[in-house]
Amino acid sequence: MRITAEHLNYTYNQASEFAVHALRDVNLTVEEGEFFGIIGHTGSGKSTFIQHLNGLILLPSAQKKYKPKKLKKGEIAPPKTVLQVGEYDLTDKKTDFRKLRSKVGMVFQYPEYQLFAETVFEDVAFGLKNFSEQPLSPERIQTAVRQALETVGLNYAEVWDKSPFDLSGGQKRRVAIAGVIVTRPEVLVLDEPAAGLDPLGKQELMALLHEIHRSWCKTVIFVSHDMDEVAENCTKVAVFSEGAVQFVLPPKELFQKQAELLSLGLDLPVTAKLVALLKQKGIDIDCDFTKKDFIQKVQKYLQGGNGVC
Amino acid sequence: MLKDVTFGQYYPVKSFVHNCDPRIKILFLIGFIVAVFLASNFYGLALCAAVLVIGILCSRVPVQSILRSIKGILFLLAFTAILNLFFYAGETTVVIGEIPLQWGVVNITYEGIYFMLFLMFRLFMLILSSSLLTLTTTPVNLTDGIESLLTPLKWLRFPVHVLALVMSIALRMIPSLMDETDRIMNAQKARGTDFEHGNIFKRVKAIVPILIPLLIGAMRRAEELGDAMDARCYTGSENRTKYKKLTFTWRDLIVFLLCAALIAGVVLCNVYLGSIL
Repeated sequence: MRITAEHLNYTYNQASEFAVHALRDVNLTVEEGEFFGIIGHTGSGKSTFIQHLNGLILLPSAQKKYKPKKLKKGEIAPPKTVLQVGEYDLTDKKTDFRKLRSKVGMVFQYPEYQLFAETVFEDVAFGLKNFSEQPLSPERIQTAVRQALETVGLNYAEVWDKSPFDLSGGQKRRVAIAGVIVTRPEVLVLDEPAAGLDPLGKQELMALLHEIHRSWCKTVIFVSHDMDEVAENCTKVAVFSEGAVQFVLPPKELFQKQAELLSLGLDLPVTAKLVALLKQKGIDIDCDFTKKDFIQKVQKYLQGGNGVC
Repeated sequence: MLKDVTFGQYYPVKSFVHNCDPRIKILFLIGFIVAVFLASNFYGLALCAAVLVIGILCSRVPVQSILRSIKGILFLLAFTAILNLFFYAGETTVVIGEIPLQWGVVNITYEGIYFMLFLMFRLFMLILSSSLLTLTTTPVNLTDGIESLLTPLKWLRFPVHVLALVMSIALRMIPSLMDETDRIMNAQKARGTDFEHGNIFKRVKAIVPILIPLLIGAMRRAEELGDAMDARCYTGSENRTKYKKLTFTWRDLIVFLLCAALIAGVVLCNVYLGSIL
């Protein structure tokens, strides 16, 4: 599903003394098949934006009470807001938002804190049962739950009847993710999925996301603060700052804009820092900022008879 | 959704009332309530109303924000009004045209109407004055004030500092819990929970997936907070010094005098201008 946002604005606590403009005229397109990264400083509107994608935050025009404002004479109409996810028009209140939510899976920050059921099986099956129109047969539920748990790398036979609260932190997170992917969403949105995991856990999680992306989930969108993670995994990155989108570029081009990123309060991946250091020494390395490519390019440079030592 | 609720409804501006010592504000509120209850005629109440209006004007809080607090008890107001209007044991029944407004136990009298208005006025002022306190005092200041005012209870071996700590932690946690509720609600909504449709049983059932994570989260927080306090050697010992000390200033003297004058004025009104009760 292709995601298009045009002139998207959002204000928390509108019409009160605590109003916060979280999104200002956001224009963004995510093509189907992308592994899309969203980066930005804390409070830059990333989370607000992704909550729009499955209707957890409704646009004013999609709310039940909405009545179109009449324009006064001589007043210019504000640009029309567009928010389209696949065939779903999110500016329209007639859209079936529950159906949309089954297509756009959402994994929140620290998803393990949303576990509630008595057994892992029940928790994973929760979303599946909620979204299905008719009651599903136990066999179908079981197959789906088994597949979801195995996708996230858990042993079904071992964990299915355990209480989710008896699992380790990393396992809990896997169960929570399984609870979202069990419905096989076409778009998977994750808010800092790797936060708080150890390095190995992070790697495993990213590998897992790639696996899902390769096999059935066409579009993956994830918010991250870890630039290495972004450089390593994304096909395209959007940079948010103060509620607006600053850049939408592939990592290869994005991380060449070092000064701009630093001025937005963002970090650089290790590879980009190394490239900059080498450049100071007069060595130009042209890589796409993934570790593998960087190492290859450096090796090539060294083999080319330019050894430093 | 939940973000629109501002707890404690503190209205952040600078004003005479905001700058007053919370202790004096609490004492003033108590004094004001005493005055409102002492008043036995409309003159006394008018005096209280005048003081309240001065207070509201000095606080620079918009009148709408103060009036908003009435909304919550509108039902209670209406209920008491109707009860008094119909069942007050007055003597002169209201007659419209030729028909006296009296059916069995229901008896609408002039005294009843008078008393109802009096009561409404009283309740109205109670609510407005207490919301003026919460609008102009941060929860932290409020607990500090209460703790300081309860100090005499220490002589009775009452653990005032513990009570104050419990209160301030509870107040501190409310916004966090609201945030968490919001987050968990969103997460479960994203998994297809429907809070808006279906009958009451379905809706109650939909709350379970929110309550359980919320409870577990609260326990986790409590444990973490306890550990953090232990790690910093908190023992709740007495005579801890304060970062922010409360001090009386000239403002507080003015407020104190105003309060005394109000009570004296109400008593004089009662003595010289008769009573309706």
